[in-house]
Amino acid sequence: MQTMESQQMVKRLPKRILKNKLINGLFLVATIFSLSILVVLLARIIMQGYSWLSLDFIQNFASRRPEEAGVKAAIIGTLWMMAVVAPVSCILGVGTAIYLEEYARKNKLTRFIQMNISNLAGVPSVVFGLLGLTIFVRALALGNSVLAAGLTMSLLILPVIIVAAQEAVRSVPKELKEASYGMGATKWQTILRVVLPVAIPGILTGSILALSRAIGETAPLVVIGIPTFVAFLPGSILDSFSALPMQIYNWTSRPQEEFHALAAAGIIVLLVLLLLMNSIAVWIRNHFQKR
Amino acid sequence: MKTAEQKTDIQQIITNKQQKRFIYKSEKFVPIFLFLMATVSILTTVGIVLTLVFETFTFFSEVSFVEFLTEKKWYPFSDTEASYGIQSLIIGSLKITLIAAVTAIPIGLAVAIYLSEYASNQIRKVVKPLLEVLAGIPTIVYGFFALTFVTPLLRSMFPSMEMFNAVSPGIVVGIMIIPMIVSLSEDALSSVPQAVRDGALGLGATKWEMTWRVVFPAALSGILASIVLAVSRAIGETMIVTIAGGSTPSNDWSLTNSLQTMTSYIVQVSTGDAGFGTTIYYSIYAVGFTLFIFTLIMNIMAYMISKRFREEY
Repeated sequence: MQTMESQQMVKRLPKRILKNKLINGLFLVATIFSLSILVVLLARIIMQGYSWLSLDFIQNFASRRPEEAGVKAAIIGTLWMMAVVAPVSCILGVGTAIYLEEYARKNKLTRFIQMNISNLAGVPSVVFGLLGLTIFVRALALGNSVLAAGLTMSLLILPVIIVAAQEAVRSVPKELKEASYGMGATKWQTILRVVLPVAIPGILTGSILALSRAIGETAPLVVIGIPTFVAFLPGSILDSFSALPMQIYNWTSRPQEEFHALAAAGIIVLLVLLLLMNSIAVWIRNHFQKR
Repeated sequence: MKTAEQKTDIQQIITNKQQKRFIYKSEKFVPIFLFLMATVSILTTVGIVLTLVFETFTFFSEVSFVEFLTEKKWYPFSDTEASYGIQSLIIGSLKITLIAAVTAIPIGLAVAIYLSEYASNQIRKVVKPLLEVLAGIPTIVYGFFALTFVTPLLRSMFPSMEMFNAVSPGIVVGIMIIPMIVSLSEDALSSVPQAVRDGALGLGATKWEMTWRVVFPAALSGILASIVLAVSRAIGETMIVTIAGGSTPSNDWSLTNSLQTMTSYIVQVSTGDAGFGTTIYYSIYAVGFTLFIFTLIMNIMAYMISKRFREEY
């Protein structure tokens, strides 16, 4: 290797510094660009939809006439679905996480379960729709009911909840557990009374984020045949229903401008719902982190 | 009095013993119960694979496997000359994925490098959650955005573009996967130890030289894995392409025409009237199976890349 003359080095220096600055600027532009997409997206949707937002819009059923259309059935339907998804996915997710973190031996089976979970997280949601269609809708003959959709969504978000719960359980300090064992508590008592209470903020945060994903998912619902045009409320979990994203999808796929505005209004409702859930998750995280 | 006291004592002993037995039993029972919960995730995978395999098998008893692979046209809705050539749908999916990758990889990497190497802590604290918001937006919203904003914008610039085209959903799918690339790549970059950076800077490298020649190569495995995962997500993306891509399977690589992807075909059949048990009904499983294999290969690839090239510090 040839050593450079110091003169040459000094000569090249401004160029290298300039290059560094240029690239810094370029990356800053890329960052601003991706954030501005968020701004444009939100601004566009609010501009398109806000004039259609009203109490009537929330309280009316779907209608062929845009002025009378509302999202009541969709909102209530979404809530019904979440009433299935939340308990099923949380119990299964937390149970699996506790098993993997506290009970499972480090053997092939455990590694297989772990790999399987991360693989499931990468399966497209539309494929989960096919699973739901075959198993829940057809084989178990649940039809396009709240239960069928709820179970499909639960399986879809299960990997996310498991991973979040695992991290929460893993981060419980070892000393706490050892103290509990030292007091003569059994393993399950320790988990129930020491590990879970400490891990619960982390579990909740992850679960709420996963649940908010389930609220926005559309593809599996389309595939299992959830209707978009519904003018009634479900009376039990075996009834048919519609969900907010399905209602938005229906309005989006119509050519008329008015329906696009309705879709935008529906999206605002959906985003407000998601924002609400996310702020709860953030609040939980901040509230418990302080201690 | 005495006998009453004794009685309660004995009762106490009995209940204590019962309690202990219960605790002992639950200690045995709980792990089994939790294990059963853990098997649900395996059963899900088994369920997915079995459903896809069985129904795909039925499909191939009606349509030949060779036709599926070699036929050029995907035209299932014709009564007389239905043809099932998966190529058109794969090309549709690849078109979207390529455009998404071209959009997302440069921007995503630039943001990731900016956040991990250039930005101050305060900026990072603001930008990261905002990008998480972008990641949390439902795809139906992105689809609506593609159809009502990006498509008209593109059509005002390129009048030859059709209402449904490949570019608009492709770009928006790219936007959707940017946060994924950013967050995973940023993790990979920031896990490179500070000492490595200090060494490079101490030798007189500028920040860019340090990033490009030292930090970036050290984090390369994580970065590549993030890209592969994001691309896999793009292939499987459904609502954006359904809403903004149209439903015309085509075998050419034109970007301005309507197209159909594997996912949007599944949605089209699901919303249509294809009755249970028809060939069209079974075809969605064959398409779903193909899609599943594509994403499975990519996910395994991402796993292998991050495992094989992981740098140990």
